[in-house]
Amino acid sequence: MFLTNTEEVPGKKITTFYGVVSGSTVRAKHAGRDLMAGIKNVFGGELKGYTELLQESRDEAIDRMKSQAKQLGANAVVNVRFSTSSVAAGASEIYVYGTAVSVE
Amino acid sequence: MEQLIIFGILISLGYFFGRHAEKKHYKSIQEREKHWLQLPTTSSKYVLEDDRIIDHCDLVNGSMVVSVDYFKRILARLRNFFGGNIQSYETLIDRARREAVLRLKESCPEANQVINLRLETSSITKGSGKQIGSVEVLAYGTAVYFCK
Repeated sequence: MFLTNTEEVPGKKITTFYGVVSGSTVRAKHAGRDLMAGIKNVFGGELKGYTELLQESRDEAIDRMKSQAKQLGANAVVNVRFSTSSVAAGASEIYVYGTAVSVE
Repeated sequence: MEQLIIFGILISLGYFFGRHAEKKHYKSIQEREKHWLQLPTTSSKYVLEDDRIIDHCDLVNGSMVVSVDYFKRILARLRNFFGGNIQSYETLIDRARREAVLRLKESCPEANQVINLRLETSSITKGSGKQIGSVEVLAYGTAVYFCK
């Protein structure tokens, strides 16, 4: 399956449009990681736990979007966009959406 | 009195560790940016001029969550009173952006080009009032592979 964030798949021709597909996840890290992040707030620097958390949930959101596109019979998703929003302290929602298409 | 001592300790911890980490990080960013210059990256939607035929393409992303240290937070609070550039936050977000782009490039070492690079910033834990707690920077784009 091709995924791009451009309007078309470079080097391929779009034959059919299937409409918008999307995937989302809401995740929180366990309390231990939150505590570590609190300590890191004194020293500054990267919060590895949170980076991992967001990366994992992003991968899962992409997987959900892919399976939705597959159900429609598409073989590519173009114009993929990400959006992140914090729903509560320590939990964040990742939303991925794009247009499912068929390419040659 | 006790509070003042704790405050002093937190500030000096933030100052020394934060500065050390920032210097180290900037050094590694500069080195890696030099190395990754070989991978052309643009924010344009079209593939850069090339005679080769495109084999396939893929979505790639890189991200980093970064937090301010205690010393910078105090500096920023002072700046909020007087107004003006909050330089301590500028360098923080600059570091996160450059690191995110580098991670994106490191995730696709075989690619020939990265097109349509987009950057997104979101604050994931809000501090009290106007303060920012930690910031996430996400870089995403389309990696293009040419036929060999």
